Amino acid sequence: MTETINTFIGVVVLLGSLLSLVTTIGLIRLPDVYTRSHAASKSATLGVLLILVAALLYFWFADNYFSARLVLGIVFVFITAPVAGHLISRAAYYTDVPLWEKTVQDDLKTRERPKTKKEVENRQKAHSEA
Amino acid sequence: MFESTLDLLLNISLFIISIATLGLVYRVIKGPSVPDRVMALDSIGINLIAITAITSIMLRTDAFLEVILLIGVIAFVGTVAFSKFLQKGEIIEYDRDN
Repeated sequence: MTETINTFIGVVVLLGSLLSLVTTIGLIRLPDVYTRSHAASKSATLGVLLILVAALLYFWFADNYFSARLVLGIVFVFITAPVAGHLISRAAYYTDVPLWEKTVQDDLKTRERPKTKKEVENRQKAHSEA
Repeated sequence: MFESTLDLLLNISLFIISIATLGLVYRVIKGPSVPDRVMALDSIGINLIAITAITSIMLRTDAFLEVILLIGVIAFVGTVAFSKFLQKGEIIEYDRDN
């Protein structure tokens, strides 16, 4: 019984590490920063969640110890990794990182975008006048 | 060489994650834009969390579980600070002049 559970835990860890490998393949092979953020945020989160759940199950079954810190880590990673991916791709779009040349649609293009450099200049001007 | 199936699977997983982290280091060095590098660094932090969890299973100890929390918090705060710095040129805004 213990051997079966241990093998199951090992298989879950192996699945998580394969998802991390998928993340790396996506980050190396995909053409621009936005598609790369797609690979980095989704599969990395799922991979590390599988590994952390396997660690939680291992300590639960082997040591009979349900780790609340590990649950806290799982919830934290599950909340913050997509937020970090969203923030970094937003920063990439606002700093004019070019899209892939075969991109067919850019939904944010027609909208009035805040020009970050101009905003910074206006702020500096306001500071110097004050 | 390995005592059980679990140890064999954990060693294979650790090897795969090491290869994945090396590939991310390639993206950090080469990446054409700064958000690429920041994104790869964030993924390296997430891989470090996974490596710590696998190590704590391999050593049969629960002493590394705080390390998981700390690496997660520091990687998230670093990514948020980098993206705010890239977008606005400052990390903590002082909006006292308007």
